[in-house]
Amino acid sequence: MAESDRKDVGAGRKVRLRVRRQDGAERVETKRWEEFEVPYLPQMNVISALMQIQKDPRTVDGKTVAPVVWECSCLEEVCGACTMVVNGKVRQACSALVDALAPKGETITLEPMSKFPLVRDLCVDRSRMFEDLKRVRAWIELDGTHELGAGPRESARAQEERYPLSRCMTCGCCLEACPQVNDSSSFVGAAAVNQVRLFNLHPSGAMNRVERLESVMGEGGVADCGKAQNCVEVCPKEIPLVDSISQVARDTTKHLLFGWLLK
Amino acid sequence: MASKTTVRSEGGKVRRVVVVGGGLAGLMTVIKLCEAKVPVDLLSLVPVKRSHSVCAQGGINASVNTKGEGDSPQVHLEETAYGGDFLANQPPVRGMAEAAPGIVNMLDRMGVPFNRTPEGLLDFRRFGGTLFHRTAFAGATTGQQLLYALDEQVRRFEVEDVVDDHGVSIPGEKMVRKFEMWDFLEPILDDSGVCVGAVAQDLKTMQIRPFLGDAVVLATGGPGLVFGRSTNSVICTGTAAIAAYKAGAVYANGEFIQVHPTAIPGADKLRLISESARGEGGRIWVPKDKADKRAANDIPERERDYFLERMYPGYGNLVPRDIASRALFKTCFHEGRGIFDEATGKNELAVYLDLTHKDEKFLRAKLAGILEIYEKFAGVDPYKHPMKVFPAVHYSMGGLWVDYEADARGSLKAGSPRNHATNLPGLYAVGEVDYQYHGANRLGANSLLSCIYGGLVTGPAVASYRQAMAKSAFDLPKSIFEKAEKRATDDYARILTQNTDAKAPENAYKLHEELAETMLRDCTIERDNKALDGVLAKIGELDLRVKSVRVTDTSQRVNQGAQFVRHLENMLVLARVIAQGARNRDESRGAHYKPDFPRRDDERFGRTTLAVHEQVGSVKFVRAFDYTCAGETVHVTDAIDTSLVTPRERKYEQAGAASAAATGKLGSEPESKSGATTEAR
Ligand SMILES: Cc1cc2nc3c(=O)[nH]c(=O)nc-3n(C[C@H](O)[C@H](O)[C@H](O)COP(=O)(O)OP(=O)(O)OC[C@H]3O[C@@H](n4cnc5c(N)ncnc54)[C@H](O)[C@@H]3O)c2cc1C
Ligand code: SF4
Ligand code: SF4
Ligand code: FES
Repeated sequence: MAESDRKDVGAGRKVRLRVRRQDGAERVETKRWEEFEVPYLPQMNVISALMQIQKDPRTVDGKTVAPVVWECSCLEEVCGACTMVVNGKVRQACSALVDALAPKGETITLEPMSKFPLVRDLCVDRSRMFEDLKRVRAWIELDGTHELGAGPRESARAQEERYPLSRCMTCGCCLEACPQVNDSSSFVGAAAVNQVRLFNLHPSGAMNRVERLESVMGEGGVADCGKAQNCVEVCPKEIPLVDSISQVARDTTKHLLFGWLLK
Repeated sequence: MASKTTVRSEGGKVRRVVVVGGGLAGLMTVIKLCEAKVPVDLLSLVPVKRSHSVCAQGGINASVNTKGEGDSPQVHLEETAYGGDFLANQPPVRGMAEAAPGIVNMLDRMGVPFNRTPEGLLDFRRFGGTLFHRTAFAGATTGQQLLYALDEQVRRFEVEDVVDDHGVSIPGEKMVRKFEMWDFLEPILDDSGVCVGAVAQDLKTMQIRPFLGDAVVLATGGPGLVFGRSTNSVICTGTAAIAAYKAGAVYANGEFIQVHPTAIPGADKLRLISESARGEGGRIWVPKDKADKRAANDIPERERDYFLERMYPGYGNLVPRDIASRALFKTCFHEGRGIFDEATGKNELAVYLDLTHKDEKFLRAKLAGILEIYEKFAGVDPYKHPMKVFPAVHYSMGGLWVDYEADARGSLKAGSPRNHATNLPGLYAVGEVDYQYHGANRLGANSLLSCIYGGLVTGPAVASYRQAMAKSAFDLPKSIFEKAEKRATDDYARILTQNTDAKAPENAYKLHEELAETMLRDCTIERDNKALDGVLAKIGELDLRVKSVRVTDTSQRVNQGAQFVRHLENMLVLARVIAQGARNRDESRGAHYKPDFPRRDDERFGRTTLAVHEQVGSVKFVRAFDYTCAGETVHVTDAIDTSLVTPRERKYEQAGAASAAATGKLGSEPESKSGATTEAR
C-alpha cells in the first residue's frame, strides 16, 4: 500500500544541489562547497534530496564524501527544526519543494543560517532562542496542575488574536533576516518580543506583564529594532511580528513614563 | 548519614530522576515530578519543543458536555473500550476518561488558545467513533499548542532552584536540566536488575555518558519509521523502547499498528490530513464509475459513491480508523474503484476527502492548519477542490508493557508506584511508547489525552517509588555506571569500525528501505499468514545483512550515519515483534485484520500479547510473569480486565452502537465488578 503513489513521472530527471559545508565552527579550514546530483522524485522537497545524498554521499565528480548533516523532524513545517538558507532565502527545507525551486533543473544552493553558532554543515545551534524565552518569562505563572476549574473566559475574537502569535516554532528565520541581530549587538529579536505580546494578552499572563516588559527594556531590548520589517517577510507562520514589536514598544514606553506612578 | 531521600547524596550530588522524551507525555511527567519536588534530568533527541507531538492536529478528547448532548466520562470510557475492540484493560481507560475534563481545564489555564464558542467557552468538535462533540481544539494545530504550553511550564522549572532539606537554594542546581540532542542508548541496571539510570549519547559531540537516576521514565513516542514513510516525524524509530525491551522490559500488543485513512503522499513522509476534516463535515467519496476521468468538481453529486456513509450509516465518515482504512482498501484495492489517475492509467489507492461544500471562513477558523499543509505540499487549493488522500501508517497501540493498580471503583489508584511501571523495577514508560489505553484501535484525539493523563499519573507514581526504593542510585558504587558506559562506548566503536575493509558492505539506509517495503506491503491493513511468514523470513535476512553494514560517516561530530545504524538495528528487532505477534494472532480485532480469520475470537485471543526478548532473531511470547515493584511482587497475566464495559461485537452500521448511553438506553450500564483487583490479569 501507499507505494502506488510512486509514479515514474519525470524519470531520468535529476536534481542538483550545491551545499555549503564545514565540519565545525572552529574548523574554518574545512569550509567548502560541494555539489550533488540525485534522482528526481514526485512531490520532492529539499529534505528528500538530502535524504538521498545521505544514502549514497557522492559529489558530482564521483568523489565519496561524508554525508551532509542537517536537522529535521516533523517534515510538515510545524517543528522549525529544518531551517536553513535555500537559494539565499532563509526558510524550512521540508516545505521547500523542488518543483517550485528548480522547475527547469536549476541548481539549488543550501547554506546554514549565519546568525547562530555552526555545529556542522547545515546544522546550527539555536539554544539562544530558548534562553531568550526564559529571559522574557514566556509562560503563565500557574498555581499548579491540580484541578482548579476552567481558565478565564475568552472571546472568540481574543482567541483569534492570540492563536496566530502562539504558532511561533522558534525556527530562527526572523533572527537570520534581521539586520539588528549581529555579532556586535545583543538584540533579542522579533520572536521573543512576540512572546511578550502573546503572554501579556492573556488574562492570567497579564498579571506578570510588567516583568515581561522590563525584560525587553534595557540593553538588547525592543528599542534596538530598526523597523526594517525583514522579520515579518520571512516568518513562515505569518506572525504579525511588526505589530507585536510596535505593541510591545508602546507598552514599554508607557511603562517607562508612567510605570512609577503605578508602583 | 544521608538517607536515600535527602535532596543530596553523601557525595553532594542532587538526586534526580531521568525522563527520556519531551513530547506531551514526558513534559507532563516532568511537571508532576517538579511539583512533587523531585529534580529531573530531561533527555531528548531534539529540542523538546520540536518533539513529534507538535504534529498532532485535530484535538484532545474530554467529555465536558458543553453542548448539552448528554456526554459523560462514562460514555467516553464505553466508546474508547468499544472502539479499541476490547483489548484494553478498562480501569486505566476509566481513569483517563474521568480525568479528561480536568485536563482540558488545566491546559486552558496554561493559556492554550483553544477555539471558543460565542459565549467564550471552549468549543468542541466531533471525531471518529463517537456521535458527541467531545474534542477540544486549537485550530488544526492542537498538538503544537499543547506541546508549547507544557514546554513553557517546564521552562519555568528550568529556572527554579533545587532547595535542600532545610529549604535553602542549592547554587547552580535547577529543578530541570535539559539535555537536548541526546540519544538514549540503554537503561542501566544494578546487580539486582533495578533500573538506576540511563546511558546516552550527545549527538553533537558524540560523547557517551551515564545519567544517574533514582528512576528512569521513557516517554519516547511511537515507531512509525519501522514502516519507512508514515505520518510520524523522522525521529520516531522506536529505538528507545527496543533498547529497554532488549534489557528485559516486556513489549505488549506490538502487532496493533494503526493505519490512518487520510494522508497525502510525499517522497519523504506521508502527511496527515486529520480526522478533524471529517469531524467538521468532510466527506469521503470515489466516483461511481471507476473509469471516470473527469476532475472531481465536474462529477455531479449523484455520480459519487460516499462509501463510508453508505456502508456505515450509523457513524458515516466518522467510523473509527481501522474500519475506515479497511473500507477504503476494499473499495480501492479489492474493487479497483480508487480515483483514476490519468498519468498512470490506473485506479489508485486514493479517494477524495471533500470539504468544498463548507464555507471558507468556517474552514479557515477551524482547519486552516491542515488545509495549509495540503495546499503547500499537494499544490492544490483544498477550499476549492476535493483533496486526494491515501492510507498511511500512523500510530502504535502496542508498546512497552506497563502496570496499573485499580482502586475500589475500578479506576486508577492515584499515587500507586505500580502505575505506568514496566517490569524492570525503576523503569517507567508513558505516552505512545506504552500500550495501555487504546486496545486494538485508538480513537482519534484520545492519544494527546492518554499522553497527558499518563504523565499526570506517572509523576506521582515515580515519586512514590522513590519513597519505597531500597537504595538510591546516587549511593551506589561508581563501577555500575562505568561498566554501562563502557559497554555503550564499545558498541558505538563497533558501529564506526565494523566492515571498514569489507568488499561489498551493506548500506543501512537501503536495508531500511527493504524493511519498510515488506512491512508496509504485508503487515498493515490486511494480513495473511503466508505473507507474514515472508515478512519474518525477510527480517531474518536483514538481521544477517545488517551485520555487514558499513557506516557512511566516520566523523567524530554529529555523526548521523552511525546513529542511524543503531536505530536500524533496533527497528529490526521491533519489526520482528510486530510481525510475529501478527502471525500468532489468528483472529481479527481492531487494526489487526486477517481475511482468513475475519472475526474476533475472545476465547483464544481475548488477551494481551506479551513479548520478551531472547536474542536478535527470536521473540518469546509469555502468558504470565512476575515482577517487583517497590518491594512487592506482582503477578501479571495476559488476561484483560473487562469488568467495566462488557465485550460485544462492534457494529458501526448502527448509530449509538458504541455506547448504551449514547442511544438513550441508559440504565443498562454494566455492573461494575469494582472489587476485582488487577492481580488476576
Ligand atoms: C500527524 C499526526 C497527527 C496527530 N494528531 C493527533 C490528534 O489530533 N489527537 C491525538 O490525540 N493524537 C494525535 N496524534 C498522535 C499523537 O500526536 C502522538 O501519539 C503523541 O503526540 C505522542 O506523544 P509522546 O509524548 O508519547 O511522544 P512524542 O511527542 O513522539 O515525543 C517523543 C520524545 O521522545 C524523544 N525521544 C525519542 N527517542 C529518543 C531517544 N532514543 N533518546 C532521547 N530522546 C528520545 C523525542 O525527542 C521526543 O522528545 C497525531 C499523530 C500524528 C503523526
Ligand atoms: S523589524 Fe525589527 S526585528 Fe524585524 S527585522 Fe527589522 S529590525 Fe529586525
Ligand atoms: S516568529 Fe516566525 S520566523 Fe521568528 S522564530 Fe517564530 S516562527 Fe520563526
Ligand atoms: S522538519 Fe519540521 S519544520 Fe521542517
